[in-house]
Amino acid sequence: MKGIASIKYMVLHAFILGFGLMMLYPVLWLISSSFKPTILIFSEQGLWPSRTTLEHYWNGWFGLRNIEFSRFFINSLIICLIAIVGTVLSSSMAAFAFARVDFPLKKLWFAIMLGTIMLPGHVTLIPQYIIFHQIGWVDTFLPLTVPKFVAEAFYVFLIVQFIRGIPKELDESAKIDGCGPVTLYWRIIMPLCAPALITTAIFTFMGTWDDFFSQLIYLSDISKFTVPLGLRLFLDSSGDSNWGAVFAMSVLSIVPSLIVFFAGQKYFVDGISTTGLKG
Amino acid sequence: MNQKYKTYLVGYGFLLPWLIGLFGLYLGPIVASFYLSFTSYDLFNPPKWIGADNYVNMFRDDYRLKDSIIVTFKYVFFSVPLRLAFALFLAILLNQKLRFLGMYRTIYYIPSLLGGSVAISILWKQVFDKTGLFNQGLSFLGIEGPSWISDPAYAIFSLVGLSVWQFGAVMIIFLAGLKQVPTELYEAATVDGAGAIRKFIRITLPLLTPVIFFNLVITLIQSFQTFTKAFIISNGSGGPINSTLLYSLYLYIKGFSFLEMGYASAMAWILLFIIAIFTGLLFLTSRYWVYYSDGGR
Repeated sequence: MKGIASIKYMVLHAFILGFGLMMLYPVLWLISSSFKPTILIFSEQGLWPSRTTLEHYWNGWFGLRNIEFSRFFINSLIICLIAIVGTVLSSSMAAFAFARVDFPLKKLWFAIMLGTIMLPGHVTLIPQYIIFHQIGWVDTFLPLTVPKFVAEAFYVFLIVQFIRGIPKELDESAKIDGCGPVTLYWRIIMPLCAPALITTAIFTFMGTWDDFFSQLIYLSDISKFTVPLGLRLFLDSSGDSNWGAVFAMSVLSIVPSLIVFFAGQKYFVDGISTTGLKG
Repeated sequence: MNQKYKTYLVGYGFLLPWLIGLFGLYLGPIVASFYLSFTSYDLFNPPKWIGADNYVNMFRDDYRLKDSIIVTFKYVFFSVPLRLAFALFLAILLNQKLRFLGMYRTIYYIPSLLGGSVAISILWKQVFDKTGLFNQGLSFLGIEGPSWISDPAYAIFSLVGLSVWQFGAVMIIFLAGLKQVPTELYEAATVDGAGAIRKFIRITLPLLTPVIFFNLVITLIQSFQTFTKAFIISNGSGGPINSTLLYSLYLYIKGFSFLEMGYASAMAWILLFIIAIFTGLLFLTSRYWVYYSDGGR
């Protein structure tokens, strides 16, 4: 009887693992192909390369005239870092106000905030673009970073939910000890919210790194291009002639997301299960 | 100053960045967008009031828009139910007392993590090429697949495939929902002699309806706004013959390639209207099929 049960489990494990690998197969194929010599990419069956080469990485990195891929990575990283600081700071401030301070119209503002989560970005897209165009911010990083400093509703909601779980007695005792609201926010609530803030930072990173649409409309000078834009440019310029190098740069472009994901896995899964919105 | 007003000031102080964003990046632009939708505007000359012409032209003359709406509906109606069904199936599969569950969850989440990137859209072009991975897989089964990307009849399904492949986030939400189902219910059902399928239909599915509803609304709203996949796979054209011209892509082409910003604004309002109708319908029907165990709050 025990034997049958364990065979059943083995089959189940084999199925789950096999199916998962099937799902991942395209990505594994991408990685494997990026190390194969060009003639083998489409002729050789299977994942394990019979011969490996790094030439695609070299050719891709230096494949565009006048510019290296390193520039795109630096640009993307700058934008992501500023976006993370802005989003975490401003969203946590709004969340603190909603969760811990009493002021008139609070319920109304909170309802409006939840409403903005559902609003499709297209409706505000064109006027936002016009505003940034008028003040001369188009083709700079500013339209991609400054708006991150005005809090994003989704993260405000996430952090509010988290702060509500922190006992209010803590606030009371802090006040008795002479803590002002700013100290309370910065010294007590913020450190206790660390998991929610890390989740916010991770999601912001992922969202900003892959935010192809905004980068596409706001950046036009190649020296300001981000990784997704660089990748698309490279695809256009080398196209079908140089799949190996395109694949190699594609692999590099997903490495940062994978690193952040594996480093913050726990927060990631918790964040999705509790709020469920992103991804 | 009075203590009470001081608290008010603190509250609004902390809320200030968000309020600036609300008025500067949401409410102001919404009003502006509505106004622009009644104008002809090319970014360089002042907007010219043309009444409802944009809206009239959209439905009278713009055949590309008609194609675009049909393609978008096709995409949404195939990808949303398929993604949800797929995610639910895998969530049930993983919702067991298993070792390595964390690892499996990670593996299954990776497509969702990477699916929105340009890199994966590029890869997808290869996967669904005439000689790509997908057709290679089919040929093992003795089926000769078409050229998915360049055949207008099938191109949209390569996008649907990519969307379904990104099932991870939905699956994790389903997993969290499944964990909430009280095990006593299953135990009682087993005592009463219910089989696995019966337990699924009578217990799991009803208790999961709030999560299904949530996932449905979120995925639907997202799907109507899909852009990157269609842009990369069709080289920004929406081709072949408009077969991948998702609404967002056409809006981008109108607004940012042709600089018809008034027209694009009108398009944005129609999209909002379409999304509002569908989510509204979901909310209206929800009380007939969504079961809240606490009696709906």
